[in-house]
Amino acid sequence: MASRGIRDRVAIVGMGCTRFGEHWDRGASDLLVEAALGACASARIDREEIDAYWLGTLTSGRSGLLLSEPLKTGYKPITRVENFCATGSEALRNAAYAVACSAYDLVMAIGVEKLKDSGYSGLASGGGVPTDGTQSSMTAPATFSLLAPAYAKKYGLDEDTLRQVLTRIACKNHANGARNPKAQYQRAVPPEKIEGAPKVAGMLGVFDCSGVSDGAAAAILCRTEDAHKYSDNPLLIKALSFIAGPADGAKRQDYDYTSFPEVVASAADAYSQAGIRDAREEISMAEVHDCFTPTELVLMEDLGFSRRGHAWRDTLDGRFEIGGAQPVNPDGGLKSFGHPIGASGLRMMYEMWLQFRGEADQRQLNAPKLGLTHNLGGAPGRCVSFVSVVGAN
Amino acid sequence: MAGILRYGAYVPYCRLRRSALSGRGQGERSVASFDEDATSMAVEAGREALRSSEQPPAEVLLASTSHPYAEKLNSAVLHAALDLPAGTCTADLASSSRSGLAALAMASRLKSRGPVLACAADVVVGAPMGPRESAGGDAACAFLVGDGARCGAEIVGTASHTEELLDVWRGPEQPFARQWEERFVQRRLLPALESALRRSLQASGLRIADLTRAAVDTSHRKIAFALAKSAGLQPHQFADDLAGSVGRSGAAHAGLLLANLLDEAAPGDRIAVLCAADGAEAVVLEITEHIREARPRHAVSAWIEAKHSGIPYETYLKWRGILPFEPPRRPDPPRPAAPPMSRAERWKYAFVGARCRSCGATNLPPQRVCVQCGAVDVMDDAPYADATARVATYTVDHLAYSLQQPVVAAVVDFDQGGRFACELADVDPRRVAIGQELEMTFRRLYTSDGVRNYFWKARPRR
Repeated sequence: MASRGIRDRVAIVGMGCTRFGEHWDRGASDLLVEAALGACASARIDREEIDAYWLGTLTSGRSGLLLSEPLKTGYKPITRVENFCATGSEALRNAAYAVACSAYDLVMAIGVEKLKDSGYSGLASGGGVPTDGTQSSMTAPATFSLLAPAYAKKYGLDEDTLRQVLTRIACKNHANGARNPKAQYQRAVPPEKIEGAPKVAGMLGVFDCSGVSDGAAAAILCRTEDAHKYSDNPLLIKALSFIAGPADGAKRQDYDYTSFPEVVASAADAYSQAGIRDAREEISMAEVHDCFTPTELVLMEDLGFSRRGHAWRDTLDGRFEIGGAQPVNPDGGLKSFGHPIGASGLRMMYEMWLQFRGEADQRQLNAPKLGLTHNLGGAPGRCVSFVSVVGAN
Repeated sequence: MAGILRYGAYVPYCRLRRSALSGRGQGERSVASFDEDATSMAVEAGREALRSSEQPPAEVLLASTSHPYAEKLNSAVLHAALDLPAGTCTADLASSSRSGLAALAMASRLKSRGPVLACAADVVVGAPMGPRESAGGDAACAFLVGDGARCGAEIVGTASHTEELLDVWRGPEQPFARQWEERFVQRRLLPALESALRRSLQASGLRIADLTRAAVDTSHRKIAFALAKSAGLQPHQFADDLAGSVGRSGAAHAGLLLANLLDEAAPGDRIAVLCAADGAEAVVLEITEHIREARPRHAVSAWIEAKHSGIPYETYLKWRGILPFEPPRRPDPPRPAAPPMSRAERWKYAFVGARCRSCGATNLPPQRVCVQCGAVDVMDDAPYADATARVATYTVDHLAYSLQQPVVAAVVDFDQGGRFACELADVDPRRVAIGQELEMTFRRLYTSDGVRNYFWKARPRR
């Protein structure tokens, strides 16, 4: 398989992101307009200068008209993309390729989700495809809850230790979100509260789940040689990888629910594109898809930040905290920033944008060299995975 | 002569204690779970009756007073779940608890094209706190009836007595059946029973004293006692009516009593089964030396012993749709669509997967491209309804839509190869364990826009 990548050929020169949360007073259109105009302002451009758009949403609308109508983009190409919870990253990836191949000069990737209007608990996206009625009824927390006992069994953790690890992840991401004015939840949460929360699925309680929220985020991209026209410190794309797995975890007895093979494959591809040999040493910071606490635990190993069976120990040692050796989800992650599906991948990139420009305020890290975003869609054994590597030069 | 080649029964796992029903009655009644109905229970009994039978039935009869569909052939669902050939003739019998025993009697005269599968199943619902609710029970039975040479029980005589009688009635507009005053009904049904018993014995050339056992299914126990007295049945001949452990299970009950007797009978025994409703039906059988081969995997007593007692009354009312309740804040499940259901018929109804001829891997659901080796279109059918499995991993889902929360979902590894993720049925969420032994069970997952969505779940081995 040839996956050559577009290392350093495309730069992000502007970004916008709404606050994530319960926007009862704003619809998807309002959120799109806010994120798009925010990105334009940050790149110091007028929106007429944008040649083409990639719009990501899972459930909040269809087609490019979802954006052209509220933003009044005139007669421009707008591509609507969807790839489960990795939708925002898919918009970015495809937009990046469009400028890399010189089809366009200046493009926008934008993602939105308006989840709170449904009135349902958790995510609810039937998709509306007529079926034979035999599909699994398992909810997202239920599918991801399968990781916890499998991980504990494989590596000999007792339930209390595992609970401690998951609580630590939730605590960390809430503490990080408390330093983020755009996060859905901006309060630190004590361990007792996390552990005493009502159960959702398996050993996962409410505080082990990401926030269901509304929000939008947008990025403006151009070829690196043009970046100086828009920004003094652009963010360079080192690698973009996307993998759709065979979805066979619930069909083959050899899948053990302690890893996402799709993440392993997309990380290997991204590291090869970016020339990374040791992710644990070379990646300064990461925004990963912590949809549920056990997901973040397993991702640390799949992304190569921890050795197999050691992520729980690294978590307890504080390695992934803002003051640690390899901060993960400094903006609060899906856990406390919230998870408006189509926007999340771009929200992760927004934190990279702020951190590499030194604009992350209270949660600013010291001189990051390479950052990684990881965005997952689906469920263990049946998922899509996106990995990007970015840097300032 | 015709006889019973194979038979099976089914009593659901849950019980409602009659003490929970404002002190009415003794013992408990069986209760179909929230995901069961007459058809799904008939599938359980039918699978038992067809297990290891050489010849598929040429006709299938399904009797019930609680058919899930008022219009749409319920026995076609049974036929599909049992994976029977398209040439089978299927028909539903309905409207009276007598239809179950009538199906068996008719089957004994119907066998010209091959064996007949006579099934009966019922979910008996009465008005809350009324006597029918308390006395009723839910169960199913199935009899494969064919030529006498190798049958386990020969049907040596049958007799019917039909009369127009307002005993139990329910119009389509009524949720619960009504019942006429007991003494009048007794006055009319007793002669009907006496006549049916007398003529069935005549047909079989037997006398009352020749009967090893007699089982009588009536709406009023007093009628059975009166019959015993007038016909001269001795107490040792009188079979348990399963009223205390199951309850009167509508159209299934006479057959359930018969199955219970067949479980224990010895060659040479003579058995009479009677049912009084809208007249009376009588079937007399003689047990042969082949009775052992005719027996199912589970005896009626085994079904009765494996149980979860003490279902809360409100839970029971909720399951039966009598008590409205706050639905979960989740989208209603979508109505399954006819064309995809039709394309997936053998998977959805009979749990037939595919096995790759190239690498031997089982593909569940069937795939064109093998999940293991990638070979294309080299699949054989893999019937998995009787496959055994273990829990690979599981979770208790408090968020998923279900009439009975929480949903227990598991990844299931089959001993014969292959893996499938599905819901667990008849399971205590606190007692699920990795490695737990499972078997498959046919259930109604949910109902949407009137469409009964049937599919398979796994349950702890019974």
